[in-house]
Amino acid sequence: MDLFEYQGKQYFAKYNIPVSAGGVALTVEEAVAEAEKAQYPVVVKAQVQVGGRGKAGGIKLATNADEVRLHAGNILGMDIKGHVVKRVWIEHASDIAEEYYASFTLDRAAKQHLLMLSAQGGVDIEDVAAKDPTAIVKLHINPIIGLSLAAARQASVDAKIPDKALDGVADMLVKLYECFTKGDCDLAEINPLILKPTGEVHALDAKVSLDSNAAFRHPEWEEYAATEELDAREQLAREKDLQYIGLDGTVGIIANGAGLAMSTLDVVNQVGGSAANFLDIGGGANAELMTAALEVINSDAKVKSIFINIFGGITRGEEVAKGIVEAVKRVTLRAPIVIRLDGTNAEEGRKILAEAGIPDSQLTSRPTMLEAARAAVALAK
Amino acid sequence: MAIFVDQNTKVIVQGLTGGQGRFHGLRNKAYGTQVVGGVTPGKAGQDVEGVPVFDSVEDAVKATGATASFIAVPPKAAPAAILEAARAGIGFVVCITEGIPAQDEARVYATLQRDFPATRLLGPNCPGIISPGKCNIGITAGEIAQLPSASGPNVGIVSRSGTLTYQALYELKEQGIGVSTCVGIGGDPVPGTSFVDCLAEFQADPETHAIIMIGEIGGSAEEEAAEFITNHVTKPMSAYIAGVTAPAGKKMGHAGAIVSGGKGTAQGKMDALRMAGVKIGLNPTEAGSLMAEIVHSLR
Repeated sequence: MDLFEYQGKQYFAKYNIPVSAGGVALTVEEAVAEAEKAQYPVVVKAQVQVGGRGKAGGIKLATNADEVRLHAGNILGMDIKGHVVKRVWIEHASDIAEEYYASFTLDRAAKQHLLMLSAQGGVDIEDVAAKDPTAIVKLHINPIIGLSLAAARQASVDAKIPDKALDGVADMLVKLYECFTKGDCDLAEINPLILKPTGEVHALDAKVSLDSNAAFRHPEWEEYAATEELDAREQLAREKDLQYIGLDGTVGIIANGAGLAMSTLDVVNQVGGSAANFLDIGGGANAELMTAALEVINSDAKVKSIFINIFGGITRGEEVAKGIVEAVKRVTLRAPIVIRLDGTNAEEGRKILAEAGIPDSQLTSRPTMLEAARAAVALAK
Repeated sequence: MAIFVDQNTKVIVQGLTGGQGRFHGLRNKAYGTQVVGGVTPGKAGQDVEGVPVFDSVEDAVKATGATASFIAVPPKAAPAAILEAARAGIGFVVCITEGIPAQDEARVYATLQRDFPATRLLGPNCPGIISPGKCNIGITAGEIAQLPSASGPNVGIVSRSGTLTYQALYELKEQGIGVSTCVGIGGDPVPGTSFVDCLAEFQADPETHAIIMIGEIGGSAEEEAAEFITNHVTKPMSAYIAGVTAPAGKKMGHAGAIVSGGKGTAQGKMDALRMAGVKIGLNPTEAGSLMAEIVHSLR
């Protein structure tokens, strides 16, 4: 789960990482009120989960209420790379002497934590990596040893952070690491990490991605889930506890297992179609799950055909088939279904589907993934 | 021969008295696996259809001589369960639990490396392992696995995905091709056992003559496998990588299946494996057909 900047800063603040005082606003008037609290000059920042806000005009300086009104009015509702701005963050403007970069992630290849630190911040770190890879210091951290202040300081020296900022940056790294580990982040990034003319080190931005598997020990995350930007289909799927990702195509996909669902998308694409979604109903594939899945697919106006791809393992083919027949009876579908049922007792399952009395215009069965994909794509054209 | 587990492997089930543990543990036993005990704290002395339950892994090992453990407990309890098994001297731990936080996985992995290097963890969030006719630990339906033939050639399977593992087993069975061992390494960010670990074992296993590998988007495990194959694997291979059409930045069901910052794409993985001499199928059936061609050429 990705956080907005303002949520990331609030999260940072829990781990004593210095961030600017400020507040979030949904309207122009709220923006002015937050600006008064933060004290001028303030920065009005679009809250979207996409890079390049500044270039798009989503970050503006304001020295009085009129300027806040003007900028907040322009930014709220702005479309930044397909993301509509619903909130602005207003914070007291910081004086900047220097800009650095710091982040913690899990390096899956090394199976260790990875600190990336650079004295060149405030720009896209991928650009820095492309131009001058030596400008980024990478330090692997053993998760059961952690990051000491001494190691953080040495990394800062290696990254050519100037002497006057060394203590501040090292302290910041230790706090950010604690936020990353105890806070169960997939990513904790500060860009830019600034040095103020007064000598303090400060987080001017916050990019935080949380590991949803750890939600059980973070009840405070519920407020973040409430602001997550899901489309109507994704919202419905979440309510029904389904693993769903909305896409732009015309073939609705239901499969059991994440790998098989991904593979189904690929095969549809391979035969010239495009998937409307990713949907994994898990191993069981019973009538309740299948009904919920069909309801979600049915809510997508773009769907012209539905491809159900089930591999029976422990859940046998006839049980899966009975579930599908029951679900098709419960939901009034707007698009025809093509089923590929394979695996344990697939023959028996196909027989049940064939004899269920569902007209061919509504449901057909194909023996292989490829043939079923072709049929579903043909129906969607 | 087979890799990691065979007919002599004695298995205990941590969480045998729970829904999942009971269902799959008893199925494994019915398949012929030596399921010798279960562990649930506070339930020592009970039994689950004749399988004795113990309070701790240590007690279970003392009483039964178990060498492997099957962990089917919820995500909160799984990290401690894995380390308890390692502490009790279990050499092979299969954890099917889905939803363990990545930070916990990283700490468990590092702890095993430092304190219990003799313990191998398979998973978490994996379907388990089956050496057909010998041992089945996990959630694989044993009946879809073709027995290895004494004269060969037999195929080893290693996969990050559950249902695609079954799909691969099924494709081989349809073609009458025997399977030496089928390993599901799981779809999480920090798997205990990697593609490389399995490829090394298959390369050394005299009963395995060819290998199918099923990968998916995210991370760099397939690229590392490609490098290993180039340098160390002489047995013929086919592979399939799921997620060619997956959008960037979205977790595709598995916690580890995500393309981020242009890294971990299916295309990059397929290119790396192709360079290593692996035949690439564009869907699971094609990978199966390619393997059938390989096997026929070996016969």
